[in-house]
Amino acid sequence: MDIFVQQLINGLVLGSIYALVALGYTMVYGILELINFAHGEVTMVGAMSALAVIGALLGAYPQAPALLVLPAGVLAAIMVCMALGYVIERVAYRPLRRAPRLAPLITAIGVSIVLQNAAMLIWGRSYISFPAILPHGSHPILGAVITDLQIVIVTLSVLIMLGLTLLVERTRLGRAMRATAQSREVAELMGVNVNTVISATFIIGSALAAIAGVMVSAYYGLGHYYMGFMLGLKAFSAAVLGGIGNLAGAMLGGLLLGVIEALGAGYIGDLTGGFLGSNYQDVFAFMVLILVLVFRPSGLLGERVAQRA
Amino acid sequence: MTTLLTVENVTKRFGGLSALEAVSLTVNAGEVYGLIGPNGAGKTTLFNCMTGLYTVSAGVIRLDGVPIHNRKPHQIVGRGFARTFQNIRLFANMTALENVMVGRHARTRTGVLGAVLHSRRCLAEERDSRQRAKSLMAFVGLKDRSRSLAGHLSYGDQRRLEIARALATEPRLLALDEPVAGMNPNERREMSELFRKLRDAGITLLLIEHDVKLVMGVCDRVAVLDYGKKIAEGVPDEVRRNPAVIEAYLGGAVS
Amino acid sequence: MRSVPDWLRRHPGLAFGLLAVLLAVLPFIVSIGLGRGWVRVLDFALLYAILALGLNIVVGYAGLLDLGYIAFYALGAYLFAWLSSPQFGLHLPFWLVLPSGALLAGGFGVLLGAPTLRLRGDYLAIVTLGFGEIVRIFMNNLDAPVNITNGPQGINLIDPISIGGFSLGARHTILGVHVFPPTFYYYLFLFFTLFTILVAMRLQDSRIGRAWAAIREDEVAAAAMGIDTRNIKLLAFAMGASFGGLAGGLFAAFQGFISPESFNLMESVMILCMIVLGGMGNIPGVILGAVLLTVLPEALRYLGAWQRAALGHVVVDPNDLRMLLFGLAMVAMMLYRPAGLLPSRQRRREFRAEDGAAEQEAASLYDAKA
Repeated sequence: MDIFVQQLINGLVLGSIYALVALGYTMVYGILELINFAHGEVTMVGAMSALAVIGALLGAYPQAPALLVLPAGVLAAIMVCMALGYVIERVAYRPLRRAPRLAPLITAIGVSIVLQNAAMLIWGRSYISFPAILPHGSHPILGAVITDLQIVIVTLSVLIMLGLTLLVERTRLGRAMRATAQSREVAELMGVNVNTVISATFIIGSALAAIAGVMVSAYYGLGHYYMGFMLGLKAFSAAVLGGIGNLAGAMLGGLLLGVIEALGAGYIGDLTGGFLGSNYQDVFAFMVLILVLVFRPSGLLGERVAQRA
Repeated sequence: MTTLLTVENVTKRFGGLSALEAVSLTVNAGEVYGLIGPNGAGKTTLFNCMTGLYTVSAGVIRLDGVPIHNRKPHQIVGRGFARTFQNIRLFANMTALENVMVGRHARTRTGVLGAVLHSRRCLAEERDSRQRAKSLMAFVGLKDRSRSLAGHLSYGDQRRLEIARALATEPRLLALDEPVAGMNPNERREMSELFRKLRDAGITLLLIEHDVKLVMGVCDRVAVLDYGKKIAEGVPDEVRRNPAVIEAYLGGAVS
Repeated sequence: MRSVPDWLRRHPGLAFGLLAVLLAVLPFIVSIGLGRGWVRVLDFALLYAILALGLNIVVGYAGLLDLGYIAFYALGAYLFAWLSSPQFGLHLPFWLVLPSGALLAGGFGVLLGAPTLRLRGDYLAIVTLGFGEIVRIFMNNLDAPVNITNGPQGINLIDPISIGGFSLGARHTILGVHVFPPTFYYYLFLFFTLFTILVAMRLQDSRIGRAWAAIREDEVAAAAMGIDTRNIKLLAFAMGASFGGLAGGLFAAFQGFISPESFNLMESVMILCMIVLGGMGNIPGVILGAVLLTVLPEALRYLGAWQRAALGHVVVDPNDLRMLLFGLAMVAMMLYRPAGLLPSRQRRREFRAEDGAAEQEAASLYDAKA
């Protein structure tokens, strides 16, 4: 089996999930210049609520077709997360919009802790496995293997990203979002209801997070109350890598980070003469993050930060 | 007369936009030099280039013959060039005295060890900083406001405090960005007094100002910027009669 | 501190004396009143006070959000374990190992801070968070092929601190009274807490402290007043890290055992919470925060017993509830009392003058040419 191609495929799949989560970070940052620290936990809530609904449906109707159960789970996750995103912004961020920068970051950390521990109380400390209703075919490709699930994840991610791009570029709401990102004050003067736009941004970002959450739990076959933390951090790194505030950047950054991680984990043993193993996979995202911030803080596609004095 | 500051062909571009284009000027030691021009002419941009907040896109700025245009702000302050800000940037939640004492930073040396052990030098420096800060506050006319919060001072007093804070860095050259903006005629007169006092104390002044009358009254020499270019330089009377200046200010309506 | 009664205010010497006596006999009062286990809690309160005071230099004084602070604590702890435990067969004396830990942590602080401190505050938060995770991942995995950290099992049998042949890790009989290790460590930790307070206070009142306050308020103006903003931020970062390293060494010696589990992100967050809850930038506030957040979780353990008594079984494990309550408290504090329980004068003003602050922050990036 060709390890390079295989890791490339794995990386792209993982990367497209990172990209979906990274979009949520980047959209909020673009408009509010705020790192929505709780975003990773929203992803986790998405995964867990989908698992709960799917589990409940299969419990009630063991013969229910996967094509019905899965979308139901995803839909439930999306609804829950959208509501959650809206509430988080209203409760934890909006009252602090004019406060010193540290304040919303601290509430954001608080919200993540609350979500994590609420999830632990609701769903317990143990791993929840994904029911075996997923497609499990696989196809040989260039000396490697790609599974049906991987194909579904990548295709769906691409479609969603296309949809989001259209939404931002072509619709009224998208225009209002772009205007608000440019300048909240001016957008407000031009008749844009900034609060609605901000709420919409959180809601859309959370919907993407929900889908990404379901994808991750399906991909690894597991859900856990702690799964959002690492995922969130990595997705944030991806957003920074691409240039935070930039949608295309988040997509590119996500894919790139996924590939870097997969290839890094695949080859780190050879690179270090067996000193470090693939258990250092998680280190790559942070290394990338630190390197990007040091050498190109604006990210790959970001503009140079405007000069202000 | 010795040259203190020279600006040679300084250009500053933001993206494709030129805020300054090949501006050159020289400031002599001991004079009051005025920089005037309509809004958006590039005066503050030039200040920011001089004091290290912006990097210049091209050109050279020298203080006493030493290039300073690629130095950091604190290094330029260390060489004796301090400034104030157009939109007053005091440390609003610190007291007035503390603000001025921050200005002593570049002229004091106490390190962590000295501060923790209360070394003799640390205590002496601290005493000296406090003393100097108080006398500077008296100098600018804020004698009994030391304990007030900077943010609670009146607008005019904040401008004075900013000057005291800049003076605490022991500048040879002090750049004031619109120091009388928003003041009434009475306050303006007092500020002109202060400028003269500063010059008498041997400090070279660089003044950005909108109020042409005030500039003409206190400045020894004046340069006029318009659209990022210097369109005139000379003694006030000369400049006032310069057709290009009249054009820039009045848009050619009167000629 | 408005809560201090007037008569104490008039006699600061008396107040000081009372406090000293109270601190001196506290472990005995606690062990008689609440049980010997609580002396350990007291020790941890002091340890966290050192940590919180160290982080307060970074967050409270210089206004830099460091979310990976626990990594410096870990470095100090691991260095102590490497230099005085059977892991490498080294048993160096504590007066050599503790300062080395502080130095190592401070050095790492500089290494991490130098490239990142010119970034905006929230980026710094994420980078430090990433650093914290990297350190933990390495500690977790550096047991093979060469065993350095002993992996997830951690390092055991770390030497207790012993001063002139008097081991703090053993039971001694003094004047006919059995005195246990936690009591000895209490005095050691108290000494280091007082040391940390002294350093923090003196720094705050020095030109360095004023420079920190200045960059926190307006970085551009601070630079224009001759402050080398990058170096002065780096100094805050390194100082904070050193105290983290020092506390780490103390922790390792006290516990006799360390593992990566003690150094996860939640610990960083917890120390940050102590500062936020107590009052950023204010030494008494930070200490109060540290004590509250160390003692409260212990007290919350009683919740389990109460549930069993009232309902016959434990409905909600108090351990699970604990973090949830912390999270809620963090949000509530920021919304309703953002300057903390005992805010410093300046911080209180900053939070009151909210409008200006946001704009200043937005404008705090000038041409980065480093």
